[in-house]
Amino acid sequence: MQVRVRIRRYDPAQDQRPRYQEYVVDAEPEDRLLDVLNRIKWEIDGTLTFRRSCAHGVCGSDAMLINGVNRLACKVLVRDLGSTITVEPLRGFPVVKDLVVDMTGFFKAYRAVKPWLINDETPPPTERLQSPSERERFDDTTKCILCASCTTSCPSFWSNPEYIGPAAIVNAHRFIFDSRDRGAAERLDVLNSREGVWRCRTIFNCTDACPRGIEVTRAIQDVKRLLLTERV
Amino acid sequence: MHYEFDAVVVGAGGAGLSAALELARQVGQTHRIAVLSKLYPVRSHTGAAQGGIGAALGNVEEDHWEWHAFDTVKGSDYLADQDAVEIMCREAIECVYDLEHYGLPFSRLEDGRIAQRRFGGHTRNYGEGPVHRSCYAADRTGHMILQTMYQQCLKHDVKFFDEFHVLDLIIHQGRCAGVVAYEIATGRLHTFHAKAVLFATGGFGRMYKVTSNALALTGDGVAIAFRRGIPLEDMEFFQFHPTGIYRLGILITEGARGEGGILRNNDGERFMERYAPTIKDLAPRDMVSRAIYWEIRNGRGINGKDYVHLDLTHLGREIIETRLPDITDFVRTYLGIDPVKEPIPVTPTAHYAMGGIPTDVDGRVVTDASNTPLPGFYAAGECACVSVHGANRLGTNSLLDILVFGRRAARHMAQYIQQVDMPAMPDDPEQWSRQTIARLMEGDGGERHGQIRAELQSLMMDNVSVFRTEETLKTALEGLAGLKERYGRVTVQDKGRRFNTDLLEAIELGNLLELAEVTTFAARQRTESRGGHYREDYPNRDDQNWLKHSLVSRGEDGGLVWDSKPVVITRFQPQERKY
Repeated sequence: MQVRVRIRRYDPAQDQRPRYQEYVVDAEPEDRLLDVLNRIKWEIDGTLTFRRSCAHGVCGSDAMLINGVNRLACKVLVRDLGSTITVEPLRGFPVVKDLVVDMTGFFKAYRAVKPWLINDETPPPTERLQSPSERERFDDTTKCILCASCTTSCPSFWSNPEYIGPAAIVNAHRFIFDSRDRGAAERLDVLNSREGVWRCRTIFNCTDACPRGIEVTRAIQDVKRLLLTERV
Repeated sequence: MHYEFDAVVVGAGGAGLSAALELARQVGQTHRIAVLSKLYPVRSHTGAAQGGIGAALGNVEEDHWEWHAFDTVKGSDYLADQDAVEIMCREAIECVYDLEHYGLPFSRLEDGRIAQRRFGGHTRNYGEGPVHRSCYAADRTGHMILQTMYQQCLKHDVKFFDEFHVLDLIIHQGRCAGVVAYEIATGRLHTFHAKAVLFATGGFGRMYKVTSNALALTGDGVAIAFRRGIPLEDMEFFQFHPTGIYRLGILITEGARGEGGILRNNDGERFMERYAPTIKDLAPRDMVSRAIYWEIRNGRGINGKDYVHLDLTHLGREIIETRLPDITDFVRTYLGIDPVKEPIPVTPTAHYAMGGIPTDVDGRVVTDASNTPLPGFYAAGECACVSVHGANRLGTNSLLDILVFGRRAARHMAQYIQQVDMPAMPDDPEQWSRQTIARLMEGDGGERHGQIRAELQSLMMDNVSVFRTEETLKTALEGLAGLKERYGRVTVQDKGRRFNTDLLEAIELGNLLELAEVTTFAARQRTESRGGHYREDYPNRDDQNWLKHSLVSRGEDGGLVWDSKPVVITRFQPQERKY
């Protein structure tokens, strides 16, 4: 089949403003959108610029706005997109070039929640014990690949880029609810601040956007509930 | 710009992060350490590893590191260096406990200890039957390792240069003196002057058409080292993983068979019973990949086509969705198939380079058959060849390799950088990089790198994959010569400096071509079959003539030069490899 791909192009070094460029290419219904983008880049227009690596939805490089929703280009198939496909960069981050965005702020928010195990107790000579149900408690949020699909689909983030955003909260959740972690208080201080979890308006865009199927909004609610019941 | 560091780590996958973390822990307060990666954080391909990390914890049943070492040596078809294998299997246990202490969310047994599953080629008591040795976190163990190591590096304030693509290695007056890197966002070249450099740049599966490897896996570090005169070891050994998703090559973990999955041909027969009666579907990857192709050649592919079935349907929804959630998702997404109800179409997929930059057990790069180190240059992980994998790597041993030898290299580096001064620098370290970029940007040869890459990948897939003969290898070498000649006329369309991935892909193709040539040349030299290298015209292993590592370098006339070095044998004498 033939597909028409409309791509938002912008090179701040050369262009006054963003523009849309259209490419018509042959594609199989089972092709990933990433396959189509690669075909355009390799066969038609080498200047088209996007990030990509693993090509099967685990590295998080190719999150972009596809037909108006955040998806990984390697995890959505042409047959699910129709014959006209519009591709734009993630919203809310500065554009470096075409579909490549500057994620400095995103990783800064991630670092703010201290995303590492905090536990100063001397560990045993073997593993620390953790029951399957304790492990299950934070399983969902261990899946995050930091692709930023959630954060950049969040209207609260669009209106206030200082909001720490769903991805950082997901990663805080991953540790707060880990029975081995002792850093909940430090993280909750960050999340309870003005730019923390209370900016979330429970819109659920983040959950819809997550390519890993993480129940992001629920994780945020878990954190809010913890703040309400145990600390405030 | 000109940067100065004591130690530079190139690559931010498992090996690079493990080394960076160890450097930070040992000398982070007193010495300057940098990590350069061409990717953003946590994009490296360690994150795609699924099934687990091998360590004889014995949490489920009796196990010993000596059994693990035996399996690794036997799996390697006796080409692995046994001193290195012993170190790896012994240190595996401490390494896994360290990961747990760093916070890695392993799956757990009912009693709270780390869960373990069966995996290909891992046996109890020197080959009696499969053993539970693979420590896992569902089927996303690599993801958890990558995240956990990155988190620990952040905790220890490691300095990262994200999206810095290393183009060259600086060697001057017999020492490694740093690297030259291209800053992707700006198109600027930078010199990183350093006392020690570790390459942890991963593999090069993208030389093949069907591969489980990320688009980024173009062997940059291996090609750079080779270009700078380091011979490459055992490059003829490239592993094809038996269960890639049909046509796409996306990996379906061996853990699927570890949990009880079965390979079936068109007759519904569990054909691995014929090839490996003792451990059947859990035979090592080289054997299973060959078996699949033999089934297909004999007309027993599904509906006569070029694939077989991986059947999980008897495992039940609970096991499949809790222990193999990611591959379930892949199969549903890319094939529209529910593995709970239907078998999965699979074929072998190019997966792992056993060969690479030769190192000793401390990660020091060695430059000749007598293992002379190049001071200040280290390598670890898939880009390196220690060699712990020999002619065929066992599943779960790559995650182990990156952690054990990444850390060992870092410990050696930490000592080294405290003992030496900054090395001298050549006059113009950026010359090669500048000229290469200029040629690709300004030339008018009109060749497109995309076209050449596609031809390279088909050529290698058709001629240098699971089965090889003198004829196919000769065809490949001739084809490669033509592609290299055309590569000299490649020009990129993107002439800008900002985020020029057109240029980077052209440079990466140059690296792939270089390594494809070495792989094919080494494969043609080795007139025997061993592990992942199977010559149909020489179908037997020949210990008399070939129990040795190959070393390939570039001669002064531009041709390739073959050399060899002995295999280190400690406790396991070579014997016939049957399962």
